[in-house]
Amino acid sequence: MFTRWSTAIAAAILLSSPALLQGASAADKPTDPQIAHIAYTAGVIDINAAKQAQKKAKNKDVKAFAEDMLRDHEAVNKQALALVKKLNVMPEDNDTSKALSKQAGDKLAELDKLSGAAFDKAYVANEVAYHKAVNGALETQLIPSAGNAELKSLLQTGLKIFQGHQQHAEHVAAELK
Amino acid sequence: MKPGRLASIALAVVLLSIVVPARAATIQITMENLVVSPAETSAKVGDTIEWINKDVFAHTATAKSGDFDVMLPPKKSVMSVLKKAGTVDYYCRYHPNMKATLKVEP
Ligand SMILES: [Cu+2]
Repeated sequence: MFTRWSTAIAAAILLSSPALLQGASAADKPTDPQIAHIAYTAGVIDINAAKQAQKKAKNKDVKAFAEDMLRDHEAVNKQALALVKKLNVMPEDNDTSKALSKQAGDKLAELDKLSGAAFDKAYVANEVAYHKAVNGALETQLIPSAGNAELKSLLQTGLKIFQGHQQHAEHVAAELK
Repeated sequence: MKPGRLASIALAVVLLSIVVPARAATIQITMENLVVSPAETSAKVGDTIEWINKDVFAHTATAKSGDFDVMLPPKKSVMSVLKKAGTVDYYCRYHPNMKATLKVEP
C-alpha cells in the first residue's frame, strides 16, 4: 500500500514540475492557445476530483475543501472561457493537456476504489501534490510563456488562488493525520 | 487678502460643516485579486460598510470574533451596518490569506 502510494505521488510530482510541459517539447514555449487549453484542462481535472470527493468524502473538512475547489476552479474556468472568446482564441489541445487528462483519469479510477477515511486521505494528499504541480507549471512555464497580457494576468490570479488551495490542502492533510 | 481666496475659504468652511457632524458614514472596503484594501479601516458604530467584491470568486468577510460573517458573491457589493465597537480581525473563509482589520469606535 505504501509503495503504491509513493509511486502515485512520485508520478504526480514528476508529471508536475518542469517535466509537466515536456510533452509540449521543452525547447519551444507553449503558445497562448495551448496555454489556455492546459490551464482550462487543469481546472476541469480539479473540478472532477472535487465532484468525486463530494460524493465520497466523509470528513467535514474534506467536504468543505472539495466545495471550495469546485467554486474557485469553476470561477477561474468561466473567466478563462470568457477571455478566449473575447480574444477570439481557439484553445488548442496538446500533449501536455493529454498527459494531464490521462493521469487524472487514472487517479479518479484509483480513488474510486477507496472509501471512508482512506479516500479522504488519498484525495487530500493528491490535491496537495496536484496543486503543487500546477503551481510549479504556472510559475515556471505557463506564466512566463504567455504572450497576451490578459491571459498572463488571469494565470497570475490563478496562481495566487491555487497557492491558497495548496496551503488549504496541506492544512487539511495535516489535520487528517 | 484676495476675494478669490476668501471665497474658497468660505467654501471650505461650508464643506467642512457638511462633513463634520457625526452622521453615519458609508465606508468602502474592496476585495480585488484576493487582496482586501484597505488592510486597516476605522469606522464608528452606526457606519455602513460597503463591501465590494471585484473578483470572479466568492469571498466572505468573517470576523474572527464571530461578530459578523458577510457573504460576498462574485462581482457584487454588499452593505452592512456596524453595530458593535471594538477592533475586529476578519478574513475570508474561502481564502484565509485574505485578512484585514476593522476598528470600530463607539
Ligand atoms: Cu475569498
